[in-house]
Amino acid sequence: MHEIINLNENLFETDVEKETTRKGVSEGLLLAGQADPRVVVLTADLADSTGVGEFRNKFPERFIDVGVAEQNLVTVASGLASAGKIPFASSYAVFNPGRNWEQIRTTICYNNQPVKIIGSHGGVTVGADGASHQMLEDVALMRVLPRMIVLSPCDAIETKKAIIESAKIESPVYIRTDRDKTPIITSQVTPFEIGKARIFFKPKVGIRADVGIIATGPLLYEALLVAKELSEKGKNVKVLNISTIKPLDRDAILLLAHEAKALVTVENHQIAGGLGSAVAECLATEYPVPIEFIGVHDAFGQSGTPAELIKHYSMTKKDIIQAVNKVVLRKN
Amino acid sequence: MINEDRVTELKKISNEIRKSLISALAEAGSGHTAGALDMADIFTALYFHLLKHNPKDPLWADRDRLVLSNGHICTVQYSAMAHAGYFPVSELKTLRKFGSRLQGHPWREFLPGIETSSGPLGSGLSQAVGMAIAGQIDTGNRRAISSRRPVQKTIYCLMSDGELNEGNTWEAVMLAAKEKLGNLIAIIDKNGIQIDGFTKDIMPTDSIADKFRSFNWYVEEVDGHDIKAFIDLVEKIKTAVASVAPEMRKPVAIIAKTIPSKGVPEWEGKYEWHGKAPTKAEAEMAIKGLK
Repeated sequence: MHEIINLNENLFETDVEKETTRKGVSEGLLLAGQADPRVVVLTADLADSTGVGEFRNKFPERFIDVGVAEQNLVTVASGLASAGKIPFASSYAVFNPGRNWEQIRTTICYNNQPVKIIGSHGGVTVGADGASHQMLEDVALMRVLPRMIVLSPCDAIETKKAIIESAKIESPVYIRTDRDKTPIITSQVTPFEIGKARIFFKPKVGIRADVGIIATGPLLYEALLVAKELSEKGKNVKVLNISTIKPLDRDAILLLAHEAKALVTVENHQIAGGLGSAVAECLATEYPVPIEFIGVHDAFGQSGTPAELIKHYSMTKKDIIQAVNKVVLRKN
Repeated sequence: MINEDRVTELKKISNEIRKSLISALAEAGSGHTAGALDMADIFTALYFHLLKHNPKDPLWADRDRLVLSNGHICTVQYSAMAHAGYFPVSELKTLRKFGSRLQGHPWREFLPGIETSSGPLGSGLSQAVGMAIAGQIDTGNRRAISSRRPVQKTIYCLMSDGELNEGNTWEAVMLAAKEKLGNLIAIIDKNGIQIDGFTKDIMPTDSIADKFRSFNWYVEEVDGHDIKAFIDLVEKIKTAVASVAPEMRKPVAIIAKTIPSKGVPEWEGKYEWHGKAPTKAEAEMAIKGLK
């Protein structure tokens, strides 16, 4: 209950440090590769832009570039896993797992091979490249597969930990990353476990939360800003960081639902099939409470700056505040 | 060179494998007959002569790997495995039934000895390429310059000509050549049929040999029903690969020309037998013909 989570001390400063989650991939893979010689890395002609270039430079004999061929990327990874390797297969999420879903289903999940899929460029925050490269459906695609673990870390440091922990488990894993630099929310000592959600913002001891915000990925930062701002205005908000979307930490979600009795989910993904859906599935049978969903509502992205796009698709601090106000009114 | 007595023995075994697979398909009431029958001779050569394997220890670390990419012909693999001692021949009658280890398309976790679950076409070669790259890493052959380290394990990938329609296959073909996978042998069942008809009508793939050669593979063609020729060819290739330095090696494609439903004259050459099973009466007739 009173776990010390040691977030970044500068979290609420205007000059909060920023880094790409892909940098976390890079650092995590180097450490995982050093710790275990079975770790191999594959990419489909996107080594540097998905954060696996450093691994290539350090461990060339354990690095495989399959060319622009994402179906081959994951099926070769499956073969490597069946021969005892721990493969990480990295590309943009629109292609991996977007293009190669059936191969992931059959040769990795059904086949039960512990391949780790890294999908970068998740969300509209990809920016200028436009909608074809902004993946908004990957969590839905991966969450529906039996045996697949789905990770969506909130910053570069958490991404590094997600990579390292993924290498240690005998299971298929999907790890979603963003493109741009995003605020550093956690610190090196913030605890991280696959399958465990943690409260990153809470009212003062003894005060009950009026609303719970459940967020995943770098948009968690917006949720934390909302909580801080509202707390200064006397509204009590708790923020739960979901870095593992599957298996969902049901206990943490139910605890928050029981306390706040109204929830807002926040994700840079389609509303259909993403974190909000997962939370709703959990609560519908156990403890239904009103929920508002922040995310993309059945639309494609477009070119623009990340800030412009977050605003256009209603995922800013302001939108979250509106959702909080709305969901409070829906409480019984 | 394999001796004639051994060849005669193997021919008897392949006859038994055919009979068992026909019974199993008739008992199941559904399944794929033509491809299973036409690959019986090659499966016999592999399981009873070429493969380094141990039916009593299917996960033996030093085994060769046999990846069946076109999983729908699994009845021939099940039959070969049963006769080789992986499980009792009597278990073949559970094929495709609830609770059976012999799933309609192979599921790795259900049956030890199956290297990968398959059925959806075009992804077996990629997995075999992954296994072969792992072998290259483990033996130090990957990126090796002029150091002749032996191939320790051979990865055999069995695939079909119809399956060459799949784009994923050609992604794997390119990577295998890039990685100089001398420990990989792809065996393509060129039976000329697929579900909807003859491959020449549905999606022409000739010349398969020229295609693989142009992708920088080493290619041989063989009669898929000539057990002796097939075994001699594989042994010749393995000797040749071992004698060259790793950076000079190439993956190997053996194009095996086969007759769909080989062994049952009434069904031979007919694409209609691709995806159906014989009735019990038809099976009885066929088995009588096989003596």
